[in-house]
Amino acid sequence: MSIFEYNGAAVVAMAGKNCVAIGSDLRLGVQFQTLACDYKKVYPIHDHLYLGLAGLGTDTQTLFQKFKFHHNIYRLKEERDIKPSTFAQFVSSTLYSKRFGPWFVSPVIAGLEPGTWTPYLCGMDSLGAIETAPDFMVAGTAPDSLYGMCESMHKPDLEPEELFEVLSQCLLAGTDRDAISGWGAIVHVITKDQVITRTLKGRMD
Amino acid sequence: MATAALDFSVLAHRPATAAAAESLTEQELCSVGPCQFPLPPVQNLDSFEREVMEYIKPAHGTTTLGFVFKHGIIMAVDSRASMGTYISSQTVKKVIEINPYLLGTMAGGAADCQFWLRNLGMQCRLYELKNGHRITVKAASKLLANTLFGYKGMGLSMGTMIAGWDVGGPGLYYVDSDAQRTKGQIFSVGSGSLYAYGILDDGYNFDMEVEDAIELGQRSIYHATYRDAVSGGTVSVYHVTKDGWKKVRGADVGDLHYKYYPDADQHPTYGASPL
Repeated sequence: MSIFEYNGAAVVAMAGKNCVAIGSDLRLGVQFQTLACDYKKVYPIHDHLYLGLAGLGTDTQTLFQKFKFHHNIYRLKEERDIKPSTFAQFVSSTLYSKRFGPWFVSPVIAGLEPGTWTPYLCGMDSLGAIETAPDFMVAGTAPDSLYGMCESMHKPDLEPEELFEVLSQCLLAGTDRDAISGWGAIVHVITKDQVITRTLKGRMD
Repeated sequence: MATAALDFSVLAHRPATAAAAESLTEQELCSVGPCQFPLPPVQNLDSFEREVMEYIKPAHGTTTLGFVFKHGIIMAVDSRASMGTYISSQTVKKVIEINPYLLGTMAGGAADCQFWLRNLGMQCRLYELKNGHRITVKAASKLLANTLFGYKGMGLSMGTMIAGWDVGGPGLYYVDSDAQRTKGQIFSVGSGSLYAYGILDDGYNFDMEVEDAIELGQRSIYHATYRDAVSGGTVSVYHVTKDGWKKVRGADVGDLHYKYYPDADQHPTYGASPL
């Protein structure tokens, strides 16, 4: 079993009309043993930028703390929040700096670009290769079924509430085919003026 | 027609009467003999079979349980089949109805369990025709254990409970592919068995009522599906009495969780975010 599948995770992000949504499942396990059902894999960087980290739990926590620290320094120096596209480059170079002993994580970045408030969406492998997407991005231990759901459910220019519904259904249905993710979910919908956060009930098996 | 790997000739002259059954040879009555599956032409069968298991990876995630109590036997199972971390089915039938008085449970290789419990059904039927009365659970479980002994070391993967009612009352046996055979009052088999035992041992009482016993079986499987990632789907519960077996429950785990824990913050695992 791959080290990426040690704890189990599912992360999905989707773009809508002047909004993005990002969600994750809530399971934390050690291989097939479920330990907790309130373990969120999506972390806020600022009001218009969220980071999803699937992969090895210990690495995701350490990396988030690292990114949060560097963003605080960035804000003190620049007196502004970081742009999602800039943050993605920072995450990428952080990962590549460990090219020969990588962090075991698959990041997903979702945010709104300041000024235009257009969605920014990207995913990465554990070495930092960026893949930007206009529609959706998935990561974790159930990518096949999540891709299948997203490919068939997503359409462009969804309003925030519609986007929430589509992402939620994709996340819940996708994780139902994966043994080591699920057990509930959390979804954030990011708009210019607010972030809507909801926890979802899911199958608990 | 494709060439059959198995010899089913024993079925071709299936006896219509008890007298005809007398003519069957001991070999025909005992089992489909080991020699009837062609063996791969390899030097080292042991290492070859181990390699083969890596390729076919039989379904291993399961929780099954059975226990004897005052009003008979309760058998309860989950319904998930997985291939690694992929859930290949949520609707597997893991209780195999051998005949109206005998049940078998399925853990390990699905095909091995299905085939050899069906084969056991055939052996039990032939026993009835030959002897004019129903086979005991003791004898039936021994027939299976003897069959599995013949295949020991050849890579079969089974962990099964045989439950039923005979002249001596209720009977419950554990039989596995190492040919171990154990009589007992409480068993749980599969990857989620330890979780199920936790609930089962705590709530078990020989003198319990039927409804409480059914609920204990269901709850034990539910708790196993919650903790064990490769157990889940639905919980099926069977009750065995002197009149044979009866299916008494079939509940979706997705609904059961919210029946047992309507509020998320009431759940024991609910806590603060680690960061």
